[in-house]
Amino acid sequence: MDKYDITFIVNGRSSTVSVEPRKLLVDVLREDLGLKGTHIGCEHGVCGTCTVLLNGRSIRSCITFAVQADGAEIRTVEGLANGADLHPLQDEFWTKQGLQCGYCTPGMLMRACEIIEQNPDPSPEQVREGIASNLCRCTGYQFIIEAVCAAAGRMRGEEQRPDQATMPTEAKS
Amino acid sequence: MKPPPFRYAAPTSVEEVLDLLAANADAEPRVLAGGQSLVPLMNFRLAQPGFLIDLRLVEALTTLRTERDVLVIGAMVRQSAVERSSEVALAAPLLVEALGYVAHPPIRNSGTVGGSLAHADPSAELPAVALALDAELLTAGPSGTRTIPAAEFFRGPFTTALEPGEILIEVRIPRREGVGGYAFVEFARTHGNFALVGVAAVIEMEKDIVTGASITLSGVASTPVRAAAAERALAGTSADAATIKVAVDAAADELSPAGDLHASTATRTDIARSCLRRGIQLALSRAQDRR
Repeated sequence: MDKYDITFIVNGRSSTVSVEPRKLLVDVLREDLGLKGTHIGCEHGVCGTCTVLLNGRSIRSCITFAVQADGAEIRTVEGLANGADLHPLQDEFWTKQGLQCGYCTPGMLMRACEIIEQNPDPSPEQVREGIASNLCRCTGYQFIIEAVCAAAGRMRGEEQRPDQATMPTEAKS
Repeated sequence: MKPPPFRYAAPTSVEEVLDLLAANADAEPRVLAGGQSLVPLMNFRLAQPGFLIDLRLVEALTTLRTERDVLVIGAMVRQSAVERSSEVALAAPLLVEALGYVAHPPIRNSGTVGGSLAHADPSAELPAVALALDAELLTAGPSGTRTIPAAEFFRGPFTTALEPGEILIEVRIPRREGVGGYAFVEFARTHGNFALVGVAAVIEMEKDIVTGASITLSGVASTPVRAAAAERALAGTSADAATIKVAVDAAADELSPAGDLHASTATRTDIARSCLRRGIQLALSRAQDRR
């Protein structure tokens, strides 16, 4: 079957790959670009762990063909941290135990990015509603909601880093 | 699973799309809008088009505009864009309310209004809304364009009046700025999942008297259906509690939804009754608030 050349920007870097049209975006990210942070769960758009940002909007990469992302800008979980510095969302997920097995985490983080981008000061209820698109079987969601709210506060510059406030720093070393 | 191989094209004009559909008619071609229904079906291999024609580069299908009396939504306008549009909020607030029930925001960021209508899932919200708002579907095919009223568009489960080689290009909704009240309500076991039953209602009033009612249901038949008996029962009345009960009962009596593992016929009819009552009451209260 013919391959199709696509060019897109992934986490700020331009990539050109030759893919079969039937190849899902999540598979191109994982297999062709080696970005295994994005997970595959249900493969039919229900669980949300494959969520990435396409031109700033959260989408399901398991029900998007890579060819549909030709020319787009993609952000995956690998694009969150700045070197060794975790993104406030990642940091708060860690501190507040917003993950256990970690399977849903990449999707949760990318969905949370969009939630905070659209509303920098979301209420816990708005976050609860916002992440209803993503399934987590470990945390009961409560810690995720707390982590997203705390990260939003830090991104607004209102709250201290948790390791400077209540959490002992050795917990992170 | 993964989809089986298919050929792919991303043309830039409606003419090219129609040419590709005609030239590849033997390959069971399909057009791809947002893909939020089609791609899962392809992953499951329930749909196996041999040729996929992606509409994302067809500029003409991305229009969202108001003409004099009509709101025009191009076939490739994403649901989230419709949801956020101030034009739509004024012209068709029922559509905005219903979109809030369509899956979840990441799905609506890709999914299109046109795609949902052309997919024609009998449980989906938007076909019932199109029917309630007397929308018209503009199509393009080998023999030119035609306009199909929503009432004639939905023919069965996942089946529309679209002919092979013909595509939906625009949804045209009569503007209802400042006219009456509206409501979309539904019952779903899980937030964001397909609802068992949905109700779309638009009610117009003049001096406390109902002058027009348009009420439709999803999930109770092979297509969205109009609750004609309820509309008749409300028309010309002040829609007090007793009249609403008569209207709801009359509409429910006309339903015979198929039972399935999610809900029996009796349960689904009962849920329809409850959704009808809630939808009518909410639309009425909004119509009254408006005066």
